[in-house]
Amino acid sequence: MSVSKEFTKGIWKENPVFVLVLGMCPVLAVTTSAQNGFGMGLAATFVLLCSNIVVSLIRSIVPDRVRIPTYIVIIASFVTVVDLVMSGYFRSLHHSLGLFIPLIVVNCIILGRAEAFASKNSIFLSISDALGMGAGFTLALVLLGSIRELFGNGTILGYPIFGGGFEPVLVMILPPGAFLTLGLLTGLFSAFEKRKR
Amino acid sequence: MKKIVKLLVVLTGVCVVAGLILSFVNEATTDARAYQDRLEMLNALNMVLPEHDNEPDKDIIEISGVSYYVSRLKGSINSIAFITLTEKGYGGRIKIIVGVKPYGEIIGIGILQQKETPGLGSKIADAWFGDQYKGKTLANAKWLVKKDGGDFDQISGATISPRAVTSAVKDGLEKFAVNKTEILGGTDVSQ
Repeated sequence: MSVSKEFTKGIWKENPVFVLVLGMCPVLAVTTSAQNGFGMGLAATFVLLCSNIVVSLIRSIVPDRVRIPTYIVIIASFVTVVDLVMSGYFRSLHHSLGLFIPLIVVNCIILGRAEAFASKNSIFLSISDALGMGAGFTLALVLLGSIRELFGNGTILGYPIFGGGFEPVLVMILPPGAFLTLGLLTGLFSAFEKRKR
Repeated sequence: MKKIVKLLVVLTGVCVVAGLILSFVNEATTDARAYQDRLEMLNALNMVLPEHDNEPDKDIIEISGVSYYVSRLKGSINSIAFITLTEKGYGGRIKIIVGVKPYGEIIGIGILQQKETPGLGSKIADAWFGDQYKGKTLANAKWLVKKDGGDFDQISGATISPRAVTSAVKDGLEKFAVNKTEILGGTDVSQ
C-alpha cells in the first residue's frame, strides 16, 4: 500500500462517483454549472481531508461501539466550519450551493472513507486517500457540471462557447439532465474499463 | 462497567472539543459574515435607489412588519426602498426589493431570492423583466400580466413567476401607499 497508489485509486479505479456511485445527492443537485461543481467538490474534499486526519489520529482510542456517532460529530463539525467560513468569505458560492453544504454531513463518501479507510490506516495513507477521493469527486462534479452547463446554457465557467445561433437544451440544467449526463458518463467509464481488461 | 465509562468519556470528549472548535470558528467569522450581510443589503439597495448621501441600510422605518429603507440626499428624502415577499412563485418564495419615489413611482425592482425553474421562470431576474416596472405607479398601470389582461409581460413557458412578481410588487406598493404619510413624516410629497 503506497501513498501514491492510495491517491490515484480515488481518481480512476475507485472513483467515488463513477465507480463507487456514492454521494449522488450533491452530484445530481449542484452540477448545474462547472463552477458549482468545483465549489462543491472543494468543500467536500476539505471536509473529507479533515475528517480522515482526525479519525485516523484517534482511531486507537475510539471504542468500536461509539465509532459511528464519533465520526458523525467530527464530520458535522468540519461541515459547520466550511459553512461558516464560506458564508463569511465566499458569499455568492454559498448562495448557489445553498442547502447542499450542510448536507455534506450525510454524504456517504465522507463517512464511508472514515469507516472503511481512515479508521484502519495510518495518517499519511488516510491523507492521501482523502486527497485522491476528493480529487476524484471534484473532477467528476466539474465534468458533469461542464457538460450540463455547455449544453444547457451554452457556456463553460460562464464564458459563451457557441456562437449566437445556439439554442440551449434546457433539460440539461434541469434535474433530468443530471440523470442523463451521469448515466452516460458512468456507462462510458465502465465501457472504457472493460475494454482495458 | 469500565467499558461503558470509556464510551462515555470518549464520546463526551469528542463532543466537547468539537463544541469548542465550533464556538471559536463562529466567533472568528462573525464580523466577516456581518460584513457580507451588510454588503448584500447595500448592493440590493443600490440597485433600486438613486444617488444618496446617507446610509439607507441603517435609516430604517418599521411599520407593521415592513422595513422601509429611506434614502436621503442633503437631508431630504428622495426615495424609499422596501422588500416585498410572495410565496406564490413556482418554486416557492420570491423576495423582491422595490425602490420608489416618495409619491409612489417605481425607480426599479430587484429580485433578491427566487427558486424558479432555471431558464424559464428564473428570467424574472433578468434586467429586461425588471425594467418594465420602472416608472409604474399603482394608478398608471394595470397590475396583472398580459395574459390576465394587465400591462406586464409574462415569460413564454412560465406565467406563474411573473404573475407572482407582479402581485408582490403591487402588494408592496399598496402597503407603501397606506404608510406613506407616516414614513415621510410630513415631507412634501408633490412631484
